[in-house]
Amino acid sequence: MAELHVELVAADRQVWSGKASLVVARTSSGDIGVMPGHQPLLGVLQSGPVTIRTTGESGDGTVVAAVHGGFISFADNKLSLLAEVAELSDEIDVQRAERALERAKSEADAAAERRADVRLRAVTGVH
Amino acid sequence: MGAKLRVYKRRIRSVTATKKITKAMEMIAASRVVKAQRQVAASTPYASELTRAVTAVATGSNTQHPLTTEVEKPSRAALLLITSDRGLAGGYSSNVIKAAEQLTERLKAEGKEVDAYIVGRKGVSYYSFRERKVVESWTGFTDNPTYADAKAIAAPLIDAVQQDTAEGGVDELHIVTTEFISMMTQTAIDDRLLPLSLDKAAEESAEASKGEILPLFDFEPSAEDVLDALLPRYVESRIYNALLQAAASKHAATRRAMKSATDNAEDLIKSLSRLANAARQAEITQEISEIVGGASALADATAGSD
Repeated sequence: MAELHVELVAADRQVWSGKASLVVARTSSGDIGVMPGHQPLLGVLQSGPVTIRTTGESGDGTVVAAVHGGFISFADNKLSLLAEVAELSDEIDVQRAERALERAKSEADAAAERRADVRLRAVTGVH
Repeated sequence: MGAKLRVYKRRIRSVTATKKITKAMEMIAASRVVKAQRQVAASTPYASELTRAVTAVATGSNTQHPLTTEVEKPSRAALLLITSDRGLAGGYSSNVIKAAEQLTERLKAEGKEVDAYIVGRKGVSYYSFRERKVVESWTGFTDNPTYADAKAIAAPLIDAVQQDTAEGGVDELHIVTTEFISMMTQTAIDDRLLPLSLDKAAEESAEASKGEILPLFDFEPSAEDVLDALLPRYVESRIYNALLQAAASKHAATRRAMKSATDNAEDLIKSLSRLANAARQAEITQEISEIVGGASALADATAGSD
């Protein structure tokens, strides 16, 4: 089966890299799914969960990451997800995110609320 | 104990204490350099992917953007100077400040006003001592900069570039920082960040990808919007990289300065202990000659009385 190489990089580190069969990410004009052989693409990402269906040497499975802004670029079967902040779902501390969400709600801080919400959605898998 | 010997002993003790401190500082700086270098390496994938994306937009579309177009007669330039908060780093801060001075001179000779933006307490105190105007300054994170710090610095700079020059905006953005070349070599460099010369970015990326031709991209939502979002991130990532390199350079400079301080202390201790030994010898010789003199005087006296 065809596969594409994915690099998920945050500003200060490389978060994940490996082979995948499908990547779904949220751009400013809607969710976009990229499969191997997609047309070269460069898009602006919105805060939201990114789903990577891994395959090949990375093993069959799903990797979900919370991405806060950034870009998606695909060329030559190589997909890069660039984000200022990116966290894998198993790195996210659910309780902390929940606390942050509540605090953001009570302080009416829309940006913080959105960040916490994206984190929680990445963990629970509800898109 | 003689007075001279006591003075030497005291000085040896104080130099030894100083040596211990400088040695510890050298060791701390050495471990921090490694950590800072690792951070520079960790930020490289993001920076190179971003450069690749910027090049893709630049070659794949002929969009015009305020951050990439050169003004015909630039009249004001912003200068971002990155220094450190703390001293004890040899010529680190003065070198980078000197480079900033030269750039300021050059820009003024070209007929541009220079707006100073400064990172680090050393640079701030240099400017405030000379009562020069600083538009904005940031301190407190130069040893261990984070991406959020880079964002905080980039925001007012990008605003200034996007503003009209007549309303207090700037046409160009220059950055003066210290490049970390190796543990032994760090050089102060200046670089024009904006307007971005896309040819240069294209060259950099061509070198990285060894001349492969970039494919035609599909832009989502549009080339303009992508460029709008991309360029500020590109500037932030460049500033972040500059901050990290400056931090690594600062630690390397501290390490070198502290190493030579430790070496000097060792030399000083060596020559002081030589002097102390000589003083002790002289004291002993004198005591012996006093005893011998006293004994012979006594012998002479008893011989005389017989």
